[in-house]
Amino acid sequence: MRGWLESWPVYRQFRGEDRSGRGESAMSRRTAELRPRVGTADRVVKSVCPYCAVGCGQDVFVKDEKVVQIEGDPDSPVSRGRLCPKGSASLQLTTGSARRYDVLYRRPYGTEWERLSLDEAMDMIADRVIEARERGWQWEEDGARVRRTMGFASLGGATLDNEENYLIKKLFTALGAIQIENQARI
Amino acid sequence: MAECHPVGFQWVMEAKARGATVVHVDPRFTRTSALADLHVPLRAGSDIAFLGGLVNYVLTHEKDFREYVLAYTNAATIVGEEFRDTEDLDGVFSGLDRENRSYDPMTWQYEGAVVQAASGERDQEYEERTEAESTIREAARGEAHGAGGAGVSGEIHTDETLTHPRCVFQILKRHYARYTPEMVEQVCGVPQETFRRVCELVTENSGRERTTAFAYAVGWTQHTVGAQYIRTASILQSLLGNIGRPGGGILALRGHASIQGSTDIPTLFNLLPGYIPMPHAHQNETLDEFVQAEGAEKGYWGNLRSYLVSLMKAWWGPAATEDNDYAFGYLPRLTGSHSTYETVMAQLEGTCHGYFLMGENPAVGSANAKMQRLGMAALDWLVVRDFSLIESATWWKDGPEIETGELRTEDIGTEVFFLPAAAHTEKSGSFTNTQRLLQWHRQAVEPQGDARSDLWFTYHLGRRIRAKLAGSADEMNRPLLDLTWDYPVHGAIAEPDAEAVLAEINGSGPDGRPLSAYTELTDDGSTSCGCWIYCGVYADGVNQADRRKPRTEQDWVAKEWAWAWPANRRILYNRASADPDGRPWSERKAYVWWDGQKWTGHDVPDFEPGKAPDYRPEEGAKGPDALSGTDAFIMQADGKAWLYAPAGLVDGPLPAHYEPHESPFTNPLYSQQSNPVRQVIRHPENRYQPPGSEVFPYVTTTYRLTEHHTAGGMSRWLPYLAELQPEFFCEISPELAAERGLEHLGWATIVTARTAIEARVLVTERLTPLRVGGRTLHQVGLPYHWGPNGLSTGDAANELAPVVLDPNTHIQEVKAMACDIRPGRRPRGPALLEFVREYRRRAGITDETGMEM
Ligand code: SF4
Repeated sequence: MRGWLESWPVYRQFRGEDRSGRGESAMSRRTAELRPRVGTADRVVKSVCPYCAVGCGQDVFVKDEKVVQIEGDPDSPVSRGRLCPKGSASLQLTTGSARRYDVLYRRPYGTEWERLSLDEAMDMIADRVIEARERGWQWEEDGARVRRTMGFASLGGATLDNEENYLIKKLFTALGAIQIENQARI
Repeated sequence: MAECHPVGFQWVMEAKARGATVVHVDPRFTRTSALADLHVPLRAGSDIAFLGGLVNYVLTHEKDFREYVLAYTNAATIVGEEFRDTEDLDGVFSGLDRENRSYDPMTWQYEGAVVQAASGERDQEYEERTEAESTIREAARGEAHGAGGAGVSGEIHTDETLTHPRCVFQILKRHYARYTPEMVEQVCGVPQETFRRVCELVTENSGRERTTAFAYAVGWTQHTVGAQYIRTASILQSLLGNIGRPGGGILALRGHASIQGSTDIPTLFNLLPGYIPMPHAHQNETLDEFVQAEGAEKGYWGNLRSYLVSLMKAWWGPAATEDNDYAFGYLPRLTGSHSTYETVMAQLEGTCHGYFLMGENPAVGSANAKMQRLGMAALDWLVVRDFSLIESATWWKDGPEIETGELRTEDIGTEVFFLPAAAHTEKSGSFTNTQRLLQWHRQAVEPQGDARSDLWFTYHLGRRIRAKLAGSADEMNRPLLDLTWDYPVHGAIAEPDAEAVLAEINGSGPDGRPLSAYTELTDDGSTSCGCWIYCGVYADGVNQADRRKPRTEQDWVAKEWAWAWPANRRILYNRASADPDGRPWSERKAYVWWDGQKWTGHDVPDFEPGKAPDYRPEEGAKGPDALSGTDAFIMQADGKAWLYAPAGLVDGPLPAHYEPHESPFTNPLYSQQSNPVRQVIRHPENRYQPPGSEVFPYVTTTYRLTEHHTAGGMSRWLPYLAELQPEFFCEISPELAAERGLEHLGWATIVTARTAIEARVLVTERLTPLRVGGRTLHQVGLPYHWGPNGLSTGDAANELAPVVLDPNTHIQEVKAMACDIRPGRRPRGPALLEFVREYRRRAGITDETGMEM
């Protein structure tokens, strides 16, 4: 009886401090029992916003090996816990339905995508690189040694990690490619 | 800044709360303008005239910070007798080679000395510097984002009274004398009273007690005179004593999480890690000849050999020995420019067969997007690594050329691989933000399905190629097979250890232990280092980029949060925050200082710790030893901030206002209309408009919105962001709407010589007509995030842009273009092509239009 009475908002409104009935007294049991995703996460992983170069700090909340929420990191002297609309949308960026998880392949003159295993795709790409590299190989140009290939090119890097850019530059340079570019040019 | 770097803008608001005045100079009224004390709309493409006007104001009213200027800039340096300014040659500098559309910069040099450039093009005086023979004409130009550094050989002459007619200060005065408030009004459309107000605000807020900062977004770089925009700001800030001091500087607000990092560790054709230039092809060039040509005698670029040898050791390990010149011959050589736009031309010509796109969407994100797609249609194969099916992955199926009938899917031979990428939460690694701060993000979860990091992709691709070519005796495969390519992997997908890569970047000493500073690097092959400016990020074997001491537990400089290059220094050239004697210019602006024994202060001093202010180098000293105790600009060959740049830029030692390549106006300042050495590309799909054409009477400029990101690959697919900005639109003033019969929320077609696009119309007073050159000018605002794919869709603004480039940086001019606008939707199918052809006919456009110098 008492439990029933206490669940009645009007009773709570008169008994408690929330006389206007706009706060706790009006709260349903369901609402009262809701817990924020950040409260039930298994762990918080420190991260950085992947959009612009301000570099706001992010806290990534993980539950059952899934990212369940991304928020601003209050410790960051750069951002003091704030994120703009893009940074705040990074949960959707990383876990949203627009992300693709399959390799797709379009054969020459094909009209549709086909499926391909990652392993097969990697092998085919390795073959393509070797072939294009050889086809575009130059030892000399106008009598000067150049030791390079004009056969393939690469674009992108400003959205990637430093370590990734480092490996791209290192590998492609060792292959003799020079047409390596990214968004900084644009 | 409030629109594009919103969280960074909180610091501008903090400054405002403490009394700072905020001035916003932008063609549009934005969220930044709403919070600024003064909004100054100006004509897109006229900033050098505006900033040049400020320089002129400072010089004519003697508002420069004279002690700073004398101690720390090259104001007193005498320039050689052969130099001729735009004042003497009506808008061009001496050394112009009209046939080759380029400058010979030798006449720009100081008297008695040949200096090497800070950054930018350092190969331009190769022959003079090495006296070697070269049969190859060097067409390659410079890099805008350089770390700086310069070499001087010979003796510099100075005049401390600043009265010598050939001293930099006097040249500057003459050069900017014509940039009067009247001229600013005529060129920029800024009323004289408003301009004077800006001049007063900037100069009153500079000096001993106060500093002024300039913040720009990379829109400043997207002009045929982009590098010179930033040079003009540098001149102004150096004259006012606003460099190397807290609250000062010129802050580039960059647009991608690690665009700074991808310049420092460059996926760029003309650079090696740490702004070491990629070598050009020269006859039998040795490592030492390269160092002699590209390095410097004085300052920290004097140690280029150590940086380069250590890089070669990081890449080729034991295969890089003294006997083989540390594998210097393994590096491929440049012959001219090989930038992304030249790559597209090579694709169209059929010499570039394969293409990797890694997190970039040129099918809508690059100027003249159609040429990008046509280039891809001419490839043998294309690999796209991204989160979703961006336009660069699907153009063969549903691109604009399929609609117009210019391409047929069945006829396109390009083989396309789409590989899903891992998100930042699914991999560990570092981003370098816009203030040079390396911040580590830790992996939270494993990527699903076939999604993989680019670290995984690159490492395993390299592993496979090496396995396929293993045992090959072909000399061409030596650099690949000798490459150090063993990284520890972990987990079910064999992800390479990003921290091991960071450790290689940081470098190690003879004992294999991590180095802690680039000053430890040697040129005898005993140290290895993948990027000298990042040396120290793994000091003591600790990932310094992953330091996360909360801001509440440290001071305002927050040195223990992450790691800034170089040497965890937060403000570059901060020696200049103290006077020549090493005392802070004022208590208010104290930052680093000499305490009698050493340099100390709030930040890591950007100076040799024990070098006293009264230190003077011995005769013949080299490298850092040659810098005196007052040479605050330690990367520069003369230790000075350059008001006048005797080398490094390919389009002149001083910024001059030139009209955009496509402008409705003729240049009121000089008879030279546009940058004479701007890079033009002749192609049927890249037709240019004639200057002053009445067919294209308006100016359009592109920009970003808060709610979307660059070419949209990371934002147009997100329901939240798509809801906030659901489709492409253009912003126009009520006056232009009335003039052209455009209706709010209706459709408009925007036309250039390349094509026509359609956009929803937003009629707003945020854009205001200006009085320019005696007439009214309307400007059209175009956010450039869109394309046909994703949830939020629309035409791509970059379809309109010509490929015409800054000759230093090869960056396209998309921030100031002439256009037409008319009501209604654009024609569909082949009718679109006819519509644009008709415009070309009316404007009299041929393949020669716009090609003049
Ligand atoms: S939250 Fe916004 S301002 Fe901060 S880094 Fe991300 S995109 Fe930039």
